[in-house]
Order: sequence, then C-alpha cells, then structure tokens
Amino acid sequence: MYDFTYHKAASLDDAAKLLASAVDAKPIAGGQSLLPMMKFRLASPSDLVDLGTIAGLDRIEAEGGTLTLGAMCRHGAVCTSEVVQKTLPALAHLAGLIGDPAVRHRGTLGGSLANNDPTADYPAAAVSLGATIVTSKREIAAEDFFTGLFETALEPDEIVVAARFPVPEKAAYEKFRNPASRYAMVGVFVAKFPDVVRVAVTGAGASGVFRVPSFEEALSKDFSADALKGLSISTDGLAGDIHASAEYRAHLVGVMARRAVAAANG
Amino acid sequence: MPAVSMTVNGTPVTADIDPRTLLVQFLREHLRLTGTHVGCDTSQCGACVVHVNGEAVKSCAMLAVQADGAEVLTIEGVAQGDTLHPMQEAFRDNHGLQCGFCTPGMIMTALDMVRRLGPVLDDHTIREELEGNLCRCTGYHNIVKSIAAGARAMAADDTPRRAAAE
Repeated sequence: MYDFTYHKAASLDDAAKLLASAVDAKPIAGGQSLLPMMKFRLASPSDLVDLGTIAGLDRIEAEGGTLTLGAMCRHGAVCTSEVVQKTLPALAHLAGLIGDPAVRHRGTLGGSLANNDPTADYPAAAVSLGATIVTSKREIAAEDFFTGLFETALEPDEIVVAARFPVPEKAAYEKFRNPASRYAMVGVFVAKFPDVVRVAVTGAGASGVFRVPSFEEALSKDFSADALKGLSISTDGLAGDIHASAEYRAHLVGVMARRAVAAANG
Repeated sequence: MPAVSMTVNGTPVTADIDPRTLLVQFLREHLRLTGTHVGCDTSQCGACVVHVNGEAVKSCAMLAVQADGAEVLTIEGVAQGDTLHPMQEAFRDNHGLQCGFCTPGMIMTALDMVRRLGPVLDDHTIREELEGNLCRCTGYHNIVKSIAAGARAMAADDTPRRAAAE
C-alpha cells in the first residue's frame, strides 16, 4: 500500500478536525475492508484517522422499541450480544454471517455502513428496519444514507457514531453466499412492523441495496411466503458477472425473500 | 515514524515503524517471529491469525500501529518451553498437518474457538468456525479431528498458560 500519515483520534471532535485538515483523509475503524483496498491500491488516503482509540462508541442498548448500536460495535460482539439476540435476533444472525470469526473480531457496524459495499449485509438490515444513522453532525434515515456504489450521504469529515434500529414484530435475513468469497450473492432482509413491511436486498443491485415494493405490498396484505408466489423482480439495475447473471440474481431475490419470510414466521 | 509498544508473547516490545507496516510484517520482519505466516495477504487464508487482546485476528488485515498497547500472542508463545500446547500435540497426534504452512493459523484459530465455545466441539461447529482458514493439503478432515481432540485435552490440562488458553 501507499504511504500515509497515521493519527490516533482522541475524541470524535478530534477525529472530525483531523479529517477536515488533510487533503484525502479517511477514518479507519476495524479496517477489514479499507486495509485490503489499500493493499490493492484501490484506496490511497493521504491520512488515516484511527477511531479505535475513541472510548464509548461500542455501546449496545435496547430501550423503548429501539436497539441502538455504537458504530464501533464489532460484528462478533453484535452476534453474541444477549441484548441483540433478545431484541432483534435477525440482526445478531446477520452479524454472525459476516466474514469469518477473525474478521468479525475486527470489523465494525459503522465501517460496514460507511463503506456501503454493494454486497455487504448491514445495509440490507438498515434499510429494511428503517434505521436511523447517527453521525457526528446529524441523523440520516438509512434510505437517504446509502446513495450508490460505495457511496453514502456522509461528508468527508462526518463520522458514523451509531445506528438506531426500530424493533420489528418479525424479521429475518437470508443470505445466498458466493461460494468463493462468501459475500452475499443475494441477501434479503425482511421486517414486519405493525404498519409496514419492508424488504431490502443486498448483493444483487448494481448500485447497492434496494427495496422491493411489489414484495412489500404483497406481504403487507399477507405476511407469508405463499404471498410471494408468482412474483418476480426485473433485471433492470441488477449486477451480472462471472459468478451470476442478472437473471439468476433476480431469481435468487425471490427465493431468498420467501425463505426470509418463512424464517421470520419461525 | 510513529512509535508502537505492545506485549508479544509476554515480552514488552517498542519500535519506531512506518505506519503502513502490517501487524504480520511487524511480527515477522521486525521481531523475527516467523511462525506467523503470510499465505494470501488478502485476509482469506488465515495463515496469519494471531491473538490480539485475547481474540483471533488476521494480522495481515491490521496495522501494527492499531495494536499499540495490545497483548499479542503468536504461535511461538503457545508452547511451554519444549512442551507443546495440548492443541499442538493434538495436531501432531492426529496428522493435522502435512506441509504445515497453514498450521500456525489453524492452531491460533482453534484456541480462539475453544475460548469462545468451550472444549466440547462437534465436527459441524469446527468446520463452520474454520471458514477463514484454508489448508491446501489435508482436506481438513484431520484438522477437524485434531481440534476436537485438542479441545478435549485442554479441558483436562491444568498447566498455567498465557492468554490463549485462558
């Protein structure tokens, strides 16, 4: 990787100042995506601002129908947290499907959200659950947060602090893994609230996470896997590559959605 | 160049390093602890797994500066002098290695598995947990046997050890 200047942030304010003061500074959390990208020279920040030294960013709290996870919550901690397993088991399950045990010891929720990899798992949960992304400057609805391929609404000196997940009546995440990389070829997160059902898909979209309104409408009337029978999605905007064509991904979206609904109904 | 201090296998070390030095480079090239291997350098293969503050991590996907102040345990710190750790002994007894390249990472991952999941590990759990460790010789069968046997042996072993076995 190319050389960079390394900074340890003492606080969020300090991190924001450091990010604003350098030409092309990037925050680093667990580094499980950023460091491999830097090794491939796909990213070459002038400065790295380490968030790992800021205390208090890894809280897990459930209160009044909302689960709040600090940005520095490691995937392994989310997966094994009793609070998460009790209030939002689908999210604990999702965290346990990310990477492998060693990666889950380092990788963070905030890093995954901010990176917005089109095959990452957390964006599907955030959109489906209608999460609010809390940053060092403001609060952003998940749907407005993810703006495109590896793109988010974050400004260069803005840092993800936490994510607030409304607790649904039912939810589940089903992931069809690319057998080599184990990233989501297609991942579908389904969440049922008293007034709304949201279905969010990762892995399939050429520009990242998206919702499936036709599935949501059918599930709002009848929250069962059978309600999705005969429904399919268009291949417009879907990714196609050597691993899977857009047609195959479109098919998998239906299959994974039905499995997710079945799992949510337990 | 930033200074880093950490404790590696119980010994405090301090060095001025280039910030882009990976933890695995620091261990191998600065400390000459070459038991930790670099297989893929893309965080797929797990040959570089070490423990940082008691947890298994891929040392090719962590900067040495990020381990500042940490307790690091490598494969060199696992045995007690000439006496192998029960998990190492189990790999030997069960033919858990052929070329041996992946073995340090396999053993560090196995110890982490026992720490989190306890000494009774079924084959399915072990195979799932080995998702981030690749072996190109054994077909995994004997590695799985070794880890199950090593985990059981650790439960019966009362030798005081460093962080890994705690």
